[in-house]
Amino acid sequence: MLNPDSVGRTFEGVGSVSVTQAEIDAFAAVIGEVDTSVAPPTFSIRISLEQSQSILSDPAIGLDWTRVVHGDQKFEIFAPIKAGDTFTCSSTIESYRVAAGNEIVTVRSDLKAGSTIALSSWSTLVVRA
Amino acid sequence: MVNLGGARMIKIGTAIPERIFTINRGTLKAYADASGDHNPIHQNEEFALSVGLPNVIAHGMLTMALVGKYVTDWAGGSAKVKHFGARFTKPVIVPADTDVDLTVTATVAAVDENSITLELTATSAGIKVLGMAKAVVFT
Repeated sequence: MLNPDSVGRTFEGVGSVSVTQAEIDAFAAVIGEVDTSVAPPTFSIRISLEQSQSILSDPAIGLDWTRVVHGDQKFEIFAPIKAGDTFTCSSTIESYRVAAGNEIVTVRSDLKAGSTIALSSWSTLVVRA
Repeated sequence: MVNLGGARMIKIGTAIPERIFTINRGTLKAYADASGDHNPIHQNEEFALSVGLPNVIAHGMLTMALVGKYVTDWAGGSAKVKHFGARFTKPVIVPADTDVDLTVTATVAAVDENSITLELTATSAGIKVLGMAKAVVFT
């Protein structure tokens, strides 16, 4: 079970993440996108979901990642991601509830270039009972 | 109403033509590598069955990436997307050695001076796989 004290907390990512052209190209190739001058709109999940996993499955937070399914996802894109961009990523546990034994947690991830938010995304994760 | 050029007059209720994407186990492997999501429910049939799934299932985010491709092709490129959201209601089931469909349609739900809101539908094998799927794109 998630530690209730973690709800509302923001966790800063360790270090920064630089986006390479090869990463964008590989992601674009899967969906048949040939214009890789900017990343496809869902590309940032590559950065944010890994960070959410590392935060939420920390023993102090206590989410069982092996039982997680993705409930919903949304993106608010302020500036499209390009190769060479460097971001810091912070994750905030925005909400948590238990329904029929399933834990439902919503995490917001903000990708920032300096102090400017380039993209915010919300992942609702369901830990199946 | 917005004129996107040519004969593309867009207003509320305008239907965007359907498009069918193909997903198979190769697609799932490629997406796992590209996204970093190597959860075995998307790769390993034995594991998927052991956790109560009917078969290997596609990553929800692969479904969303393909629907995103439908949106960006219509809107004029990846840089056009301002908002994109969806709920994963049912899995896309991907048996071995099989091509499954992801069938996408959209309707214009709102138009303003600089953006268009699309309500999206996505089905696989006739089953609705996304709920409340919506994109807002710049004109």
